[in-house]
Amino acid sequence: MLEKNSTLVEGAIKEYYFNHFDLVHIPQNITQREFGYQKINGGMIRHIAIKDNKELHLLLMKETPSDVYCSNAYYSFPSMPMSEKDWQGADLIFDIDAKDLALPCRNDHSISICTECHSTNPGKQIACTKCGSAKSEVVSVACKNCIDESKKEVKKLVRILDEDFGIKDAVEVYFSGNEGFHIRVTNKNYEMLGSQERADLVDYIMFNGAIPETFGIRKQNNFKSTLPEMGELGWRGKVAANLFGSKTKMPKISRQIILDGYTAFQVKLDGMRQTIGARVDPKVTMDIHRIFRLEGSINSKSGLAKTKCDSLDEFDPFLDACLLGEETVDVIANCPVQIKLKNKKYGPYANERKSVPKYAAVYMICKGLASTV
Amino acid sequence: MKRNVLQPGIRDLAKYPFLAEAGEYLRDKGFNLEQLGHPDWAPLVEKAYGRIVVASSGQIYGSDMEQLKELDMEILSFIVAVILLKATGINTLTRRFSLSEARRAEKYLEHDLRQKYDSDFPLKIIQELFSVQVAVESDDFMLSVPNYLQRAVHFHEKEWKLVNRRVANGFVHLTAHETVRLIRTELGQYINSKIQSITLPSIPDTFKARVQDLVSLASKFSDAVVVSSDYPPCVKHAIEVLEKGENLPHSGRFLLATYLLARGQTTDQIAPLFKNAPDYNERITRYQLEHISGSSGKGTKYQCPSCDKLRSENLCFAIPDCDGIINPIQFGKKRGRTNA
Repeated sequence: MLEKNSTLVEGAIKEYYFNHFDLVHIPQNITQREFGYQKINGGMIRHIAIKDNKELHLLLMKETPSDVYCSNAYYSFPSMPMSEKDWQGADLIFDIDAKDLALPCRNDHSISICTECHSTNPGKQIACTKCGSAKSEVVSVACKNCIDESKKEVKKLVRILDEDFGIKDAVEVYFSGNEGFHIRVTNKNYEMLGSQERADLVDYIMFNGAIPETFGIRKQNNFKSTLPEMGELGWRGKVAANLFGSKTKMPKISRQIILDGYTAFQVKLDGMRQTIGARVDPKVTMDIHRIFRLEGSINSKSGLAKTKCDSLDEFDPFLDACLLGEETVDVIANCPVQIKLKNKKYGPYANERKSVPKYAAVYMICKGLASTV
Repeated sequence: MKRNVLQPGIRDLAKYPFLAEAGEYLRDKGFNLEQLGHPDWAPLVEKAYGRIVVASSGQIYGSDMEQLKELDMEILSFIVAVILLKATGINTLTRRFSLSEARRAEKYLEHDLRQKYDSDFPLKIIQELFSVQVAVESDDFMLSVPNYLQRAVHFHEKEWKLVNRRVANGFVHLTAHETVRLIRTELGQYINSKIQSITLPSIPDTFKARVQDLVSLASKFSDAVVVSSDYPPCVKHAIEVLEKGENLPHSGRFLLATYLLARGQTTDQIAPLFKNAPDYNERITRYQLEHISGSSGKGTKYQCPSCDKLRSENLCFAIPDCDGIINPIQFGKKRGRTNA
């Protein structure tokens, strides 16, 4: 990022941490967590221990980090090298990212920025329309559909956590600050699970690895099949609902399933993953030493804040998480796709000088679609 | 009459002779090691020796319920077997014995769990020995999801994956058979650690011949490994992706590097493979390979990720030849036993 741009972004972030430190979530057992941060154009600085919220506030004001992270794990010695930290447990974390959902809208709000001539082109381009270079960086801007679809995945996950795992109270849902959601579960029973156990847990949540036998279809002798019934607990019930739709259709569809046999049923199960499984990023949940974006901090991919969603349905990230300053600044905007922040539309702009609120300026600068004058 | 769960009967001790109460029972009855060294007890030593021989061949000793007639002998032969193993001092033999005894106890645990009136005692064993609470609901036994996962991840059959279990309200529903199967390894480890923790002053002379026999028995267990030169499908896939100049995710590159390093290739041999990667940088590739191999950085040598992990990362492309392996490193290695 150019220096003049980073000055503006850092200034806006500093102002946010000065005015809104109350929105920064102080994690439980703060002294046992490892903190890390990045500065604009800088590398990751981690293995930091923090004593209390005052010290955290001081760090945010002094360093004005572009991104702040806190471990999901608790350690005896959080500032020591990884092998000496003495792991004591970790919250269960989940990451749902719109970019992993392969949504048809992706191309409509993607912008290719040519790494050679810096011109911007709407959509995912193979070659720059201006200089023909094949090297480009693709960024994605605000999209309501992406957020709505991500919310559906969050709801599936929260329902599984509640109904199947009996975890309800300790589930916190956050907008990630860019294009997805982070879910944190603080539950004593689950905190000691290792990486392998979490991998199996995540396969459950994603409905990965289900075999026909679980649902009553065997390789042979299927005349005695015990297909799942609607209303059964766990995946059997959810699979039944997906297979039959209603009770009246059950006998006919059951006969067909048994007739089609084992392999066809496996294909059916695999096909169901997208609809009934919650599409989380398995790598995040499996990682028991991850430093995870701190709740309430600013995400430098967008300038939006990682924000708690108390009511997921009503939550609008482009309004509720857009918390940087409102005063007008001048930018040269090169944003070929219209964006909507705080219910106001910006763009499309073709290399134009524009006066926009600071939050919109920072948003476009963070995406590489604008520059300060 | 309802049995007091705190005081197992002699029949329970015959089924589960590794319980601390078995030793107490024998002491109370006045048995001691010196006495057992008397030639009159030779049949007991033979029985104990037989118990180890059966275990070492991978079989389960005396699992027929009808044979629990001579209960004292059942308990004593276990104790003498432990003494013989202790005197032999060969860990492989002790481990095999522990596992076989665990599987023997498993049969009784399963049977007792199925008999509702008998299920208190096995549940208590499971809870006290392994701190696992098992709840009972009609015909099901239920473990909390974390308790289940901590044990089931060591199994590699798909049916043990959580997704193939009935899960509701934080509990996994299991049959009696599955419940005891889940704790077999721990039971084996428990028996093994009990044997390890015993200190043996000296053994009667009448035991010594059988100890010698056990030493020569143990020498038979050595594995020979045949290595085939074929790469597993996950590694082939990773190489193909790179050859096509497509992007291989970090986890895929890590698999390739750790696998080839484990197969004895050097960083110089591996580095050129990454040449086609869209973001190839020779210096960074070398640095990372050296880091993974342990020749730079802290010196930690990274291991090849397990099949389970690769499956979760969508990097597994299993073929029938992958059956029974849990890490790509094992692919193509056939385990053969020699009688050297």
